[in-house]
Amino acid sequence: MDEALLRSLTPGVLGILVRRGADFAAAEDAVQDALVEAVRAWPADPPRDAKGWLVTVAWRKFLDATRADTARRRREDRLDEEPAPGPAPDVDDTLQLYFLCAHPSLTPSSAVALTLRAMGGLTTRQIAQAYLVPEATMAQRISRAKRTVSGVRFDRPGDVATVLRVLYLVFNEGYSGDVDLAVEAIRLTRQLAAVIDHPEVAGLLALMLLHHARRAARTAPDGSLVPLAEQDRGRWDTKMIAEGVGILRTALARDRLGEYQAQAAIAALHADAPTAGETDWAQIVEWYDELAALTDSPVVRLNRAVAVGEARGPRAGLAALAALDEASAGSSGRGHPVPRHAAVAAYLHEHAGDLATAARLYAEAAGKATDLAERDHLTRRAARLNALLRG
Amino acid sequence: MAKYLLLKHYRGAPAAVNDVPMDQWAPEEISAHMQYMRDFAARLEGTGEFVDGQALAPEGTWVRYDGEGRPPVTDGPFAETKDLIAGWMVIDVDSYERAVELAGELSAAPGAGGKPIHEWLELRPFYGVSSPTVTE
Repeated sequence: MDEALLRSLTPGVLGILVRRGADFAAAEDAVQDALVEAVRAWPADPPRDAKGWLVTVAWRKFLDATRADTARRRREDRLDEEPAPGPAPDVDDTLQLYFLCAHPSLTPSSAVALTLRAMGGLTTRQIAQAYLVPEATMAQRISRAKRTVSGVRFDRPGDVATVLRVLYLVFNEGYSGDVDLAVEAIRLTRQLAAVIDHPEVAGLLALMLLHHARRAARTAPDGSLVPLAEQDRGRWDTKMIAEGVGILRTALARDRLGEYQAQAAIAALHADAPTAGETDWAQIVEWYDELAALTDSPVVRLNRAVAVGEARGPRAGLAALAALDEASAGSSGRGHPVPRHAAVAAYLHEHAGDLATAARLYAEAAGKATDLAERDHLTRRAARLNALLRG
Repeated sequence: MAKYLLLKHYRGAPAAVNDVPMDQWAPEEISAHMQYMRDFAARLEGTGEFVDGQALAPEGTWVRYDGEGRPPVTDGPFAETKDLIAGWMVIDVDSYERAVELAGELSAAPGAGGKPIHEWLELRPFYGVSSPTVTE
């Protein structure tokens, strides 16, 4: 039973049903039913044409459901309306389905859930497990999402940027339950890259591969965070890095830079360095300048301050940080503080030799951390400096 | 997509605006209050935002290790100084603003006289999972 194959066929089958005139929500239900049946029937009796089998079964499920629905309505309204099966042109609807699942009318969490189900072929239970919510909650989230997009016209071109944002959200959820969402996000992004020729799709795929290649080295056996400079580079997946770099090169050569390509370029420079000390920080600063010009994001400028600190020394980094503080105080007053601001300030003060300030800021940063591994890491840093100061 | 814990307190939170102890309410008022909270949970399940919820009994006890071979120390029930949690609900929402909006709605549960109780609810974010960043 090849579950990966089964799941990779999902969007194609769904697309054919929708092309034949099925409503998206009903088609999606029918495809899920067909997948369940395939899991049951295939181990004993594997089909020769897997996709054809799925299309046939899903279409039959759809017709059964529609007939039952129509019969009920006929009883209720004495109306007779049999949906006419439309033509089934031989076009790939995968891209349209991506757009639909990431439709701007959906909330980010609904778009993520719908994408994982309709594009990824995951079951509601698997998605619920991955997001640590009850299955009933996830089922409702998915059916609401389907209702929301059911009136959306299938042929209208969608927004690639929205699709990429949804895929990156999936990727960043990482691993929990029996589905590795990072791997799933990479698979879906590969599939998207196969149906659309777009440098930012390639940029996101490269970025995911470059991050994912370093995952094994990012945490210690006890689950604690290992910072980039201290990671065992022998544990990086060099084959995946090479693939990411290759995809990125091809994308950059087309000279249509976007934020994912710029982020991937930064990740590639980290991945390229044989040791942390040999990292080309000067070039990383240049890429952050490009990224800041594209996004104008305070998070990017904060990361740039780290890179400046490495390239030109901690004092220069602190100056970049001060410039960032001034800009944000001038524009929006005291709004949401940028995540990791205190952590970056602590790091730069530590390297500038002001251990007392660094310890205080690490403790402050730990209090603001939004994830557990990061909080523990920052608390350890603060404790280490405090021990040095006492000693 | 962030999880938040909504905490209801028996004691330890600031006093509710409509601050009448529940045993002084009319029975229908208690039923209306409970129904409101059930409806609230059911609605959040419908929006795909419900994770979990439980009510807790008021008899909380502080417990502490008291050394090798000795039984744990307890403070006994009903210590005057401690906070008491009455129950919790876990929600999974798209934003902090949405979490505040829902906590506000739950705080509007009807109390004595059928008027909103205006109780204070504690809203606490869960720690998430670590996500990669460019600088790591």
